[in-house]
Amino acid sequence: MQQQVILGKELLQVTLRRLCQEILENHGDFSNSVLIGLQPRGIYLAKRIQQILKEDLGKDIPLGELDITFHRDDFRRRGTPLRANATNVPFLVEGKKVVLVDDVLFTGRSVRAALDAMTAFGRPEKVELLALIDRCYTRELPIEADYVGKEINSMISQKVNVQWEGVDGGEEDKVWLVLSENG
Amino acid sequence: MAELSVRHLLGIKDLTREDIELIFETADHFKEVINRPIKKVPSLRDITVANIFFENSTRTRLSFELAEKRLSADVVNFSAGQSSVKKGETLLDTVNNILSMKVDMVVMRHSSVGAPHFLSRHIKANIVNAGDGTHEHPTQALLDSFSIRERLGQVEGKKVCIFGDILHSRVALSNIFALQKQGAEVMVCGPATLLPKYIGELGVKVETDVRKALQWCDVANVLRIQLERQGGDIAYFPSLREYSQEFGIDKALLDSLDKEIVVMHPGPINRGVELASDVADSEQAIILDQVQNGVAVRMAVLYLLAQKG
Repeated sequence: MQQQVILGKELLQVTLRRLCQEILENHGDFSNSVLIGLQPRGIYLAKRIQQILKEDLGKDIPLGELDITFHRDDFRRRGTPLRANATNVPFLVEGKKVVLVDDVLFTGRSVRAALDAMTAFGRPEKVELLALIDRCYTRELPIEADYVGKEINSMISQKVNVQWEGVDGGEEDKVWLVLSENG
Repeated sequence: MAELSVRHLLGIKDLTREDIELIFETADHFKEVINRPIKKVPSLRDITVANIFFENSTRTRLSFELAEKRLSADVVNFSAGQSSVKKGETLLDTVNNILSMKVDMVVMRHSSVGAPHFLSRHIKANIVNAGDGTHEHPTQALLDSFSIRERLGQVEGKKVCIFGDILHSRVALSNIFALQKQGAEVMVCGPATLLPKYIGELGVKVETDVRKALQWCDVANVLRIQLERQGGDIAYFPSLREYSQEFGIDKALLDSLDKEIVVMHPGPINRGVELASDVADSEQAIILDQVQNGVAVRMAVLYLLAQKG
């Protein structure tokens, strides 16, 4: 398996800090803002963001976990069925500014499903999207991120992996591109 | 695996333990959905479900219909009372007619054992058995186990006793299969006339003394005495009053045990016959939880079967 590291541990930390500074610019003291991480992988990134914001603001920012399995547009159309994950949004988004958080922005379909899923929790004042990795030129829907960790050029057949320390046996924070499965 | 091993839910007998666990895990998520301010997801948006009930039902049908609507499916209802079945149409013809109108799933209740199995060999739609004669009622057993799991943490290792009319009960048979597959111990208790002669062959304990059975179990699943099945040519017990004295469960009886057990009932309750009001309305009874879980479990079943196409 041929791999290419996109963000190593140190650089990833710098990127996360920069993303948090950008969010703070727009959301101030977060008095009317919430974070929502997308299941299954976006929640780990959202927790990191929450952690860093806590250091800066001295308080916990409300964080929800949103599962989009039941809102996907490829039900009965995809080969391998997906297992649903837990949704845990312990607040209403009515009138709130929401930052959706996902690790990789690819076709944009997950984000579309997330916007749909979120309507069950009210009408937000504003929704923004944060993506750690933005895979350029692979979008299938007109969706763009407001905060981007790093843009990369990749082929549809390639895969971006994000690993977090302590999650599923991951040893350190790292993002890499799988160039080909057998090469 | 994230999918079921079957295309139809005909009976618990065909399911694996992994299937049951997947259904419960999915039902957990749907239970969260139905407790939201907006209780709906669009998963089955392009799917049409026919609820075909050849036998009367209120709550099962309502529960299925709610489950279907919460999944955004299109729903058509059909009950034999108002249909051409009365005019002599066969089961297969009736269902084929409905399917010609592009129905993807069929939820069926029928008074004949094996009717959904027969149908599954002849038509393409996914079939959910909502009760076939005295055979199986799989979604009821699933929601019963789901409710036990919710109250006690797990089903494995628990002792569950099913009380009442085991002879005529599809709920009992499905529950026995479901509980055994999950590693629970099962006992049946009732008047000897209402216990099938060879029920012990299924590996269940048999008891005719209610107090002993209650003392043994962690969970009492009390079935309804099906009054419509009594009073025909065969009398299974002398009178309702005698039944309730010998086999009825009341608070005084439960309080006399040296432990607190969980009481379930699939409804509708004959208050004062198999279950006294002071039990049905007590903290020990999870009867209304069962009803709520019924919708979540049926959503999970429909969702997972639809996924199989």
